[in-house]
This record gives sequence, C-alpha cells and structure tokens, in this order.
Amino acid sequence: MKHAPDLSRRRMLLGGAALGAGALLTACTSNEPDEPSGGGAQTAAAGNNQNAAPGQKVTIGFSAPAADHGWIAAITSNAKAQAGAYSDVEFKTVEAGADAAAQRAALQTLIAQKPNIIVLLPHDGKELNAFGLEAMKAGIPVVNLDRAFPDALAYRLQIKGDNYGMGVSAANYIVAQMKAKGVSNPVIGEIAGIDSLELTQDRSKGFADTLAQAGFKVANRRAAEFTADTGQREAASLLQALPKMDALWNHDDDQGIGVLAAITQANRSEFLMVGGAGSKAAIEAIQADNSVLKATVTYSPSMASSAISLARLIAQNKGMSDLVELQVPKEIILASETITKENASNYLKLGF
Amino acid sequence: MTAQTAAAPVKEPEKPAAEERRWWRVEPSEGLWRNLALVAVLAILIIAGIITKPELYSDGTWVRNNIFTILELASVIGVVTVGMTFVIIGGGIDLSVGAIIALAGVWSTTLATQDYGAGGMIFCALAVGIGVGVVNGILISYGRLVAFIATLAMLVAARGLAAQISNKQTQVSTSQFINDIAANDFLGVPVLVYILAAVVAAGWVLLNRTTFGRRTVAVGGNPEAARLAGINVKRHTLLLYALSGLCCGIAAVMLTSQATSAQAAMANLYELDAIAAAIIGGTLLSGGRGTIIGSLLGVLVFSTITNLFAINNLSTEVQNMVKGGIIVLAVLIQQIQFKSLSQFFAKNSKLTTS
Repeated sequence: MKHAPDLSRRRMLLGGAALGAGALLTACTSNEPDEPSGGGAQTAAAGNNQNAAPGQKVTIGFSAPAADHGWIAAITSNAKAQAGAYSDVEFKTVEAGADAAAQRAALQTLIAQKPNIIVLLPHDGKELNAFGLEAMKAGIPVVNLDRAFPDALAYRLQIKGDNYGMGVSAANYIVAQMKAKGVSNPVIGEIAGIDSLELTQDRSKGFADTLAQAGFKVANRRAAEFTADTGQREAASLLQALPKMDALWNHDDDQGIGVLAAITQANRSEFLMVGGAGSKAAIEAIQADNSVLKATVTYSPSMASSAISLARLIAQNKGMSDLVELQVPKEIILASETITKENASNYLKLGF
Repeated sequence: MTAQTAAAPVKEPEKPAAEERRWWRVEPSEGLWRNLALVAVLAILIIAGIITKPELYSDGTWVRNNIFTILELASVIGVVTVGMTFVIIGGGIDLSVGAIIALAGVWSTTLATQDYGAGGMIFCALAVGIGVGVVNGILISYGRLVAFIATLAMLVAARGLAAQISNKQTQVSTSQFINDIAANDFLGVPVLVYILAAVVAAGWVLLNRTTFGRRTVAVGGNPEAARLAGINVKRHTLLLYALSGLCCGIAAVMLTSQATSAQAAMANLYELDAIAAAIIGGTLLSGGRGTIIGSLLGVLVFSTITNLFAINNLSTEVQNMVKGGIIVLAVLIQQIQFKSLSQFFAKNSKLTTS
C-alpha cells in the first residue's frame, strides 16, 4: 500500500496554505493611515519670542525610557520635534533600555559625546541620582524631566508634573459636581495605575486628601497597570463591587480605553467619570459628551518640549523672557489643568 | 441462565456481597479527588464572599451578574490554560503565551489589517498565533532547544516585534463586530463564556477521546518509550506548541474585544497565571498527567479570589500573597496519596464489620 502520493499532496496543500497565510500577514503590518493625520507633536510656537531667535549652537543629549505607553512615546516624539524646530540645536538621543542599569550604561556613551546639556527622564529618579551628580561635576548641566532626582546637586533644572495636584484637581471637580447635583454621600470609585510607582501613590493621596476635606471618601479602589486590558479587568471588578456609583476617577486615559470598554460592556451609565493625563481620544470624547467621561486632568507630555526649550536657554546662558531674573529657574512644577467640555477645544492640540 | 440450571459440580463462587458494588466503595480515580477538592475550594471562596458581603449576595440579579463577571474574567486565561495544559502534559512548557497574545493582538489591529474587517482581524490573530507556535515547536523539537529557553527567547522577541509593529501605541479596534464579542449576550449568557466553554469542551475531547490526546500523555510520560512505540515524538511536540499558539490566537481576539484595543504590553504575565492554574488543576509539571477540567477549575479558583478581593476592596498586594499561598498549598495537598487515604478508611470499616 503506497502512502507516499497522498502525503505529498497533503504536504503541498499545507505548504501552500502556510505560504499564502505568511504573504497575507506580512502585508498586514502597516500602520500608515489612509489620510495623513495632522502632525501630533506639541511644540512651542517659535517666532513671537525673542528667545527663539537663533543663537549660539548647542548640542542637547536626550534619554528617556523605551516607550511601552503612549505617554512615554509622546515624550520622546515631542522632544525630537521641539529640537527640530530650533535651527541652532543639535539633538542626540540614546536608547535608554529596559531598566535603570541599562540607562546608566547608555548615558555613559552620551557623556563621551560631550553634549552641552543633557535632558534626562530617568527610569527611576533615585537610581539615576548618582549619574546626575557625576554629569554636573563634569561640567555638563542636567535637566531632570518628570521622575525627580532627590539630590538638588544632581540637576540644573527639574521640570515635572504635579501628581499630587492631579488628584486634587480630579477631586475638586468631583466635589463640585456632587454638590451641584445635591448628592450628600456619593459612592466614589478609583482606578489607579501601577501601585508600586510613587507617582500613583502621590495621585491617590491628593485625591483622598481633597475628598476628605469635603467629607467624602473613596468607596473602592482598584489598581490597574496603565494598559487597556488591565484597565478593563479592574473596571469590571470595580463595577461589580459597586452596584451603584456616583463618580469614578481613572488615573490614566490610555488605560481609560479599557475602563470605558468595561463600562459599556456592563451597561452602566449612572455615574460620571474623570480621566487623567489628557490623551487626544479622551479630550475628543469629552467634547462629544457621548459617554460617562466628563472631564480629565492633565499631566501632559508637552513637558518634554518645554524641557528642550529651557535646556537650549540654559546652554546659551539666557533666561526666561517673562521673568525678571536673568537665569532659568531651578525647579518648575507644571500645574495639573482640568479639561471639561467647555475648554476642551483649547487643549485638543495638547492631547497625546 | 445456563449457569443456574446446570447441575453444578462446580459450585458458583458466592457472589460478592451487593454492598461492595456501591459507588462509594469503588476506588475513585485520583483525578476525581483532585477536582472535587478544587470544587470544595471554590465553594469555600463563594461562602467567604457571602459572609463578608451579605447585602450584595442577597440580590439575585447581582449574584447572576457576578457569576458571569467571574466567568468573563476567567475566559481569556482559561483558553490560554487549555493550550498550556496540553504542552505541559506533553512534557514541555510555554513561557511565551502572553507575548504571543500581544503579538497576535497588535498584528490584527494594525490599520492595514483592520481594513479587512472583522474576518481579516480574526484570521490574522489565529494565523499569527499558530505561526509563532510552529516556530516554537520547530526550535524545540527539531532544533533540540530546551523548551524553557526557546519559549523564553520567544517571549522577549515577540514582545519586541509587537512594540515595533504598534510603535508602542495603543491600537484601538474600530471593528464593531470584534468589540461586540465582549459586550453582547446570547440567550442571556455572555459570548465570551460560550467561547470558553467551546474551547474547554474541544480540549477535553481532544485530550480524552482522540489518539492525539493519548499520544500527548505518552510523549509526556516517557518520550523514549513513546518513540519506540512508533509515535513521531518530534512532530507531535511541534503540533502541541502549534495548538498552544492557536489557543493564544483565540485569546488575543477575546482580549482585544474586551479592551476594544491592543497594545504591546497587553497580556502581561499571563504565562505565569496559566502555568499556575494548570499546576493547581493537577497537571504534573514534568509531564504525563493532567486534566482539562482540573485546569479550568484552577482558573476559576483564581478568578473567584480576584472577585472576592475586589468586592471587599482589598489591595492587590494581599491578593498576590494569597495567590502564591494557594499555589503552594495546592501542590502540597496533591502530594498526599489519595489512594492510601481511601484504602486506610476502607480497611478500618472492614475491621468493624467482620
């Protein structure tokens, strides 16, 4: 009994199917949209500022963690775009790798290239503090972005957002809404980000403190992981735990995609939701007013653009034009702004 | 008939007393004991929920929704665990399942694939899952790499490729059909639960009623003996990893539907959850033993714990410590020989009646 002829046909069919599937798949990796979307980077308008006139040439070294989240990706793209807007800036980046140790190694190569100034978003402020001290001692000023170095000698400028202030803004909005609706004992839920990060703890503390001032408290708090699928998972659990809710604060709009999905799947709409960080999708949803999302509090990756602008000023020995002092300040904490339907149009270009 | 009527020089041996044929005297298989223990754990968890939150459990609609929430929470991990169970029974391990889900999810939600509609997205996810599974299988069976190392490498590589394709952005799914899979009910039961049930049923049939399943147990128990018995061990191992990849592809569609989006960081650490569920369900890590029902019960135990902690507003840190404790406890308990326990009880009762 010959089996060979049957097998060869089967093999040919299987091989053909595999090749066909493979060819189809390789065609499906493109992410180019059919119509070009208007450029998304958030840059400072050059031109109406005397400081923006081209001056001495400077080299800016830049390092930020490898992006696994839209916010970090926006930081890097904003920095690049802002540097590109200045004709007198040469922009050098190094891939920061997966953790603080890899970033340290990458930064050593950056120092060897002798930039005029380094702009750094460290994986962890405490772990890269020593690098900041070393660079400052070697005569290269360091601009510390977002995750703070504990040592004042480790940076020339520290520019960061206000995590505690995010919680305060979110809570203020919720308190105002509850008072307006006349709800005396609201059931408030909270979906936080990665709990092991200090910034999450700061945000939750700001939220809880401000609510306590109004006599409210958080009924149930779940921690997701800044991704959409974990946001959906935790939101589904939260919605089960609180059969009736009045307000929900979600720390991050990227994980908010999953949170909104969970809300739609559970068919719940009796509460209002506040987002965080200010993604473009969230701002558009707030404008459209077609979901429970009514507001968001910013923590904008535009801080990278500001950091590059200020790094250029520091390297050229200039100060900020609105200040009387001749040099750039030591520490800048950006305010957390609340975006609602009324002012959403102003913030659309800042959404990431 | 003839035995009774024939004059019997040979006396028919006394028929054993009727009570010895009762089911509680019959040796139950170890697998059954294990599964009953898991059902008992589930019952304890549910009772704990009732005790701590009586006001929630008093509402019938809430209880029904809660059961479906637990099942939906378990659905994606359950599908992955079915594939993982096959791989572990066959003597291997697959650390890359989370990364395969991420890659399949990201690949199927690129703008190019979404142009093909829901059918194209589903085909893409399944094809990517099977493809990566086949690569794993080739590396392990024909390339003779250790399964741990090969799938560890795939874990890193697949996530990297996913990040590259998605440019580290979250890709939102615009396909209403896909998004509806997680949002819709069919005859009152969520569609995700149907998919889980279908995959579990198919997995059970495949393991227990086909030669593929028999060969899997043989290959896992003793690969050399299986090879000498005529089983093509290399090809069978390849098929096992392809099966695991297929389950990951299905899970990718389900997870994309739940989150209405996909990103390179999705399905984080799913491999650990799947392995833990398979182990507490009675699958032997060294291969050769395991059940699909046990794995499903393992997944349900973890989902019920998550639900219990959520409704009681307990933090994730405590939940993770409890999960770790349960895994250790489950494996320790399984080491008790159930056979000797029931023999011990049977011996005791014989002494008293005789």
